[in-house]
This record gives sequence, structure tokens and C-alpha cells, in this order.
Amino acid sequence: MKIHKYDTVIVGAGGAGMRAAIEATKRSRTAVLTKLYPTRSHTGAAQGGMAAALANVEEDNWEWHTFDTIKGGDYLVDQDAAEILAKEAIDSVLDLEKMGLPFNRTPDGTIDQRRFGGHSRNHGEAPVRRSCYAADRTGHMILQTLYQNCVKEGVEFFNEFYVLDQLITEVDGVKKSAGVVAYELATGEIHVFQAKSVIYASGGCGKFFKVTSNAHTLTGDGQAAVYRRGLPLEDMEFFQFHPTGIWRMGILLTEGARGEGGILRNKDGERFMEKYAPVMKDLASRDVVSRSIYTEIREGRGCGPEGDHVYLDLTHLPPEQLDAKLPDITEFARTYLGIEPYTDPIPIQPTAHYAMGGIPTNVEGEVLADNTTVVPGLYAAGEVACVSVHGANRLGTNSLLDINVFGRRAGIAAAEYAHTAEFVPLPEDPESLVVEQIERLRESTGTERVATLRRELQETMDANVMVFRTEQTIKTAVEKIAELRARYKNVAIQDKGRRFNTDLLEAVELGNLLDLAEVMAVSALARKESRGGHYREDYPNRDDVNFMRHTMAYREVGDDGAESVRLDYKPVVQTRYQPMERKY
Amino acid sequence: MATPVLDKAGPAPEPGFADSPYITVTFRLRRFNPEVSDQATWEDFQFEIDPKERVLDALHKIKWDLDGTLTFRRSCAHGICGSDAMRINGKNRLACKTLIKDISPEKPITVEPIKGMTVLKDLVVDMEPFFQAYRDVMPFLITKETNEPTRERLQSAEDRERFDDTTKCILCAACTSSCPVFWNDGQYFGPAAIVNAHRFIFDSRDEAGEQRLEILNDRDGVWRCRTTFNCTDACPRGIEVTKAIAEVKRALITRRF
Repeated sequence: MKIHKYDTVIVGAGGAGMRAAIEATKRSRTAVLTKLYPTRSHTGAAQGGMAAALANVEEDNWEWHTFDTIKGGDYLVDQDAAEILAKEAIDSVLDLEKMGLPFNRTPDGTIDQRRFGGHSRNHGEAPVRRSCYAADRTGHMILQTLYQNCVKEGVEFFNEFYVLDQLITEVDGVKKSAGVVAYELATGEIHVFQAKSVIYASGGCGKFFKVTSNAHTLTGDGQAAVYRRGLPLEDMEFFQFHPTGIWRMGILLTEGARGEGGILRNKDGERFMEKYAPVMKDLASRDVVSRSIYTEIREGRGCGPEGDHVYLDLTHLPPEQLDAKLPDITEFARTYLGIEPYTDPIPIQPTAHYAMGGIPTNVEGEVLADNTTVVPGLYAAGEVACVSVHGANRLGTNSLLDINVFGRRAGIAAAEYAHTAEFVPLPEDPESLVVEQIERLRESTGTERVATLRRELQETMDANVMVFRTEQTIKTAVEKIAELRARYKNVAIQDKGRRFNTDLLEAVELGNLLDLAEVMAVSALARKESRGGHYREDYPNRDDVNFMRHTMAYREVGDDGAESVRLDYKPVVQTRYQPMERKY
Repeated sequence: MATPVLDKAGPAPEPGFADSPYITVTFRLRRFNPEVSDQATWEDFQFEIDPKERVLDALHKIKWDLDGTLTFRRSCAHGICGSDAMRINGKNRLACKTLIKDISPEKPITVEPIKGMTVLKDLVVDMEPFFQAYRDVMPFLITKETNEPTRERLQSAEDRERFDDTTKCILCAACTSSCPVFWNDGQYFGPAAIVNAHRFIFDSRDEAGEQRLEILNDRDGVWRCRTTFNCTDACPRGIEVTKAIAEVKRALITRRF
């Protein structure tokens, strides 16, 4: 075991982690621990753009953006946080441009902007061009630009270091972050990083679904690490299903395709979104469009022999426009489906895309131990966190914004805290939990396979807690997850070695997914209403009286060692916007 | 009613089933694990798979169902993250962007680590020297102005288009590890580093083109390129790599960029 000491440790090197690293490295001795090479992070898969009311191409302002974000989140958004997001969006985009990001340009040479779902002029009057973009590879450009600037700033990376545990020490009755424990993939060695500040920026957990736009590596490692140490997870029942994933594969086809004029059609060729969202049509918010697609499919208007998908139609758009604005997604259609988008519509279905919930933080990125108490020295930003700017449903282009605004904030806050704080003593045997976990998996002679359990988990999640949920389906999921968690104790791996043991890594990741799936299902069962991405057919309406509040889920361990999820609730921060019925 | 479950793929039906989309394939993998042996070996795996699936899906099938010790890097699974460049039937490709039906599945499909880099285990190579070459070309925007503009810098659509091709790079190393010059001399910067230098040299906002050109004027720089076009063929993003290298060479001669 090796022990390292840094002022600030950042866990994860996607957009949020690297944006934080650029700030933290300027201000403190910083290490970035990442289980992938930084440029492999899933920020790079984001396509359509980053919202900011630059008003480069038409009238816009950050107040409209704030309103759209709150309405898009079905009023579960903390309004103070949404205001910061929309206000700081403008400088965030300009900062990236100054760092070198090659945005598409207007004829005047300013940053070009396009339409995106749920973003509107004057509180819902009509779609507005707010998304700043670089073709349909905006996330790639952001990831590359941030990495380039990390190289410029000399950010210290520990690549393929997998953080498995969060260390917490109680000092004078206050639980403080002491550091993290990481597993070095190349050697199998355990490293303890003592740090004054720790920032989690390790991304989402979409891999508990089968049809998902998420990378194989998005397994909720950060959420699971803090949850197991008794910290809460907020709003985990809210998961976004992006309307346009490639049929069966789940690969994302950007909403920018509809922003450029693409249309969703059923088997009769009907533009069905006109029925469900008369004003915004195909550019209604993602939860609305995903439910509309499944409604069409269930009512027998789906396409294909099994009627199990609908079409994204780009055939009326000029090929030059597709080449210039949507080159990557049209290539995906050609590569994976053998379809020519110039002439043929693309079969799509909703795909599990984004966790609105996560580690609760305040607007400075400080992690909360309960509804109000901050854990000194612990921060989170990006998809792993829940500020909450996305509420019950995130608007497209607000995630690339979130990672930049709150990644920056967390980086600054964590480094400044490190200047004032002392190192917190490490607990005795800080590596013990990780060593025990690794050795148990390595030495297990059990009969269960990781891949089998993961497939069963993904199938039950797709079948029971996806776009439509009922008490019965969620209970089915809860029971299945409990069964899988029991069987997980009997899981064994084949690779017993120390070097690049990805077999072991996948077993650890599965454990994280199982923990988070349980939190998600239990949280969903208790929320007897429909709001944003959480749609209960048995409770089809939003219930502001009983459920205008954030779910806070805690891990409980009984005297007999049995684990369970305990739910509590936290009020939503409201400033100037009263909840209204949500129509697009 | 629950969300409809759309994916009916499930387990492979019995071989010989008339409508079965599945075919039998043989994957011949280059295996190396220094904890076991210092010799690399070939190992064959035979199984049923839908030929419309990706090579990555086949590798997962092997790892998940047949041999958990098989080791490779992957993440996004759709050609964006650059983790899974490997040598498939002798050509550098991304495993997640190569469909089995497109690589003569009636014959054994060979999969090896990319060449010219130290193999650490199975298909995993040491990427550090590759990223070092990238860092050496100063891959970040450099401007000399003392006062940054308050708004964005202006750039015409034409100026933006000038370097568009080289912004697509995902640093997968497929180009660099397909280059015979790089195989013979690991000191050569390699195509990927030059591509990333190109991305800044031809960006109208950047003011350090001269410095980057001097770096690439080095004995291990662009002049080592023998224009074999392997890199252009290998690039999974369709970047015209050889053309970008030629443009850098021309800029070195004319000092115009």
C-alpha cells in the first residue's frame, strides 16, 4: 500500500472533473484520479450543445433559461441553483471559447446557436436558439478542450486509478472527509490518498439499464462509495430516458437532429408529437417525448414487424445540412444500422441516458450529510451530483453546462477550503474495507457469474422501472434486485491476477450498480406521483402537496447486519417561480 | 403495464435453426499475461453470434461467458472515446466500430494489440509514450494578447472550417500504431501528435504556430513521414491524416499557415 498526500483530490476526469482540476491546480496541490484515461470519459459522447443565453442569433436572456430549466425539471429544481446555472452559463461558454473550443460560428464570426428541446423564448412562447454547439460533437470538443487545458496547467493525473472507498473521520463530533482509497488497475496495488478536499466527478450510473446511451464504465462508483459510508443520495428515482437512441443498441442520436428540423414519425408516417405537444412538437422536453413514443408503440402505431420503435426522419433536410451539422450521428446510422439518413428514416427508441439524482450538494458543490449539514472537505459536481438544477427531468444541453458551471465552482471551493483546513487524520487501517472487498472477490469460490447477474439486473430495470412504472412493476424490480444482491455474495471471478484485472473491476462495478439500483427502485416505489422522468401509471398526476420535495435515501445497517434503504425528504428551494401545469 | 421490452435478442437459438441470424465464428486472439508467461500466444474461441454485432460485442461475449481473464480496454462502445483501437485481421480499427459481417467472418478473425507499443496484458498496451508525444506539441490554444476580450473571439466560418478535420481526433492511436516509421522508431512523434499540432497551427485564433512548427521540424518530427497513407486508412474518424501532415510540412517550408 502507498500513501499520498494532496491538498485536493478529484475523482473522475470527465468534463466536471477536468473543469474542477483546472481551477484547483491553479490554487492548490491537486491530483486527479480516474479509472479511464481522461479523454475516454463519457462527456465526449455528448453531442448537441451547451445552453447559454448568449443571444447571438435571436433575443434571449438568462431569466428565460432559468424558467425553462425549472419547468423542464417539473418544479423539482432548486430555483436558486437553476438561476446560478443560467446566469453563469454565459461566462462558462465564453471561458471555453477562450480555452480554444472550436464552436460553430455565425456569419458574423460569433458562436452559433441552435434550438433544443424545452428551451423557449419568453416562458414557452416558441423554441429559441440557445444551444452553443460544435457540429454534433460538442461533448467531444469540450472534453478535448478541457484536457488540453489540463495539459497546459500541468494537472497531475493518476490514470486507471479506480477509487473504491471514501474515508471519513469524526473530529470533535463532526464527520469530515479524510481522503479516498484507490485501486491501481495496472498493478493491483492499493493507494490511500489523504486530502484536505475531495471532489467527486465520476459521472452517472446508467449501466444498470440494458438499452442505454451510457458507456460500459458508467457504473455509479462515486455515488456508491459515499452511500456506503452513510451519506445520502438524492432523487435517485429520477432517470432520464432520451427519446432517440438507436433501436435496440441505445446509442445516442442527438436532440440536435430535431433542433435542425428532424421529425419523429410513427408507422403511418404521422408526425405524432403534434398531438402531445402542440407548441414545441418534436422539441418538447425529453420525458414528454419519450412517453409519447411509447404511447404510440403501445397503441399499435410503432414501426417494424414487431412495432417496437418509431422513426427519426431527417430525409427532408438537405444532405449538406446533415453533413455540416450532424456528421457523427448520420455516420452512426450508416455504421450500425446500414441506413442512409439522406434517404431513409432512422429507427429509434428511448434510451436510458442520465441520472438527475446523485450525491446531494449545495451550490458551492459541498456534499450534504443530511438536509442541511455540510461534510467538510467533501465536494461533488456533474452527473454524480444533485445540486439540484435538473429536478425531475434535465433539459438537453444543460448537462454540458452543469459540468462547466458546477465543476468550476467545486474546483474553486475545494481548493480554497484546502488553504484554510488542516489534514484530517486517516482512520486506522484506512485501506481495510477495500482490501477486504478485493480479496473476497479474488478468493471467492462461488458459483455466480458477474455477467449473468448484470444481465438479469439490466433486464429487470428495463422491464420495470423505465419510462412507465407502476407499484407492481417497481415491486417486481425491488424483489429481483434483492435476489441479485443475495446472489452477488456468491459471485466469483476467473482472473485471480493482479495486473490489469478487469474481471475484478467488473465485479466491483456490479456491486455498485446493485446498490444504486436498489436505491432507485425503493425511492421510486415511495414516490406516488408522476413528475418529470418518474412516471407512475397508477398515479399519473403530479402531487405538489405530498411530493414537492426531494427524496433523500440513506443506507441503514440493522443489528443483524441486514442492509436496507431509509428514505427521508428535503424541501425544494423556491424563489420566484410558482409551480404551474407543464405543457409544451 | 410495464415499459415494453424491445430487445428480443436473448440467447442464441440452437445452431441450424432456419431463421437464425447467428453464425459460428472463430476469434483468434493474441494473449499475453506476464504474470503467467513471458511469451505471447494465440488462442482460438469459437461461438455463435449475430454478424451484425460489433467485434467489441464478440470480445465481451468471450470475456463474460467463456474466459474472464481476457483483458482489453473499452468504454463508450460507439467510436467516440478511443479506448478500443486494436489490430483486427491485420488492420487497425476500433472494435466497437467494426461489425463482424464486414470482416470476413467465415474465416478466423484475428485480434491483436496495436503495434509499436509495449503490450501490458492481452490487448492492453502502454499508452504513456503516445500521450507524451501528444503533450510535446503543446496541444492547447496559445494567444499573446495581454487582455482577453470580454466576449468570444471572432472567427469566420471559413477560418473555423480550416482545421475542422483535425478537431475530430479521439486519441485512439490507431494512426500512430499503423505507421511503419513509428514501428521502427518509437521516437517519431507519430501521426496523432502531428494531427493535434495541425489542429492549432491552422486555428486562426492561435499565435504559437511558429513554436509548434519548430518542434515538428525536429529530427523526430514531420520529416520522418514517408507518406504511406496507413494512418489515413486507419483513422476511425475519417481524418485525412496524411494530408494534415503534408500541410504541416508545407507550412514549414513556406511559413504560411
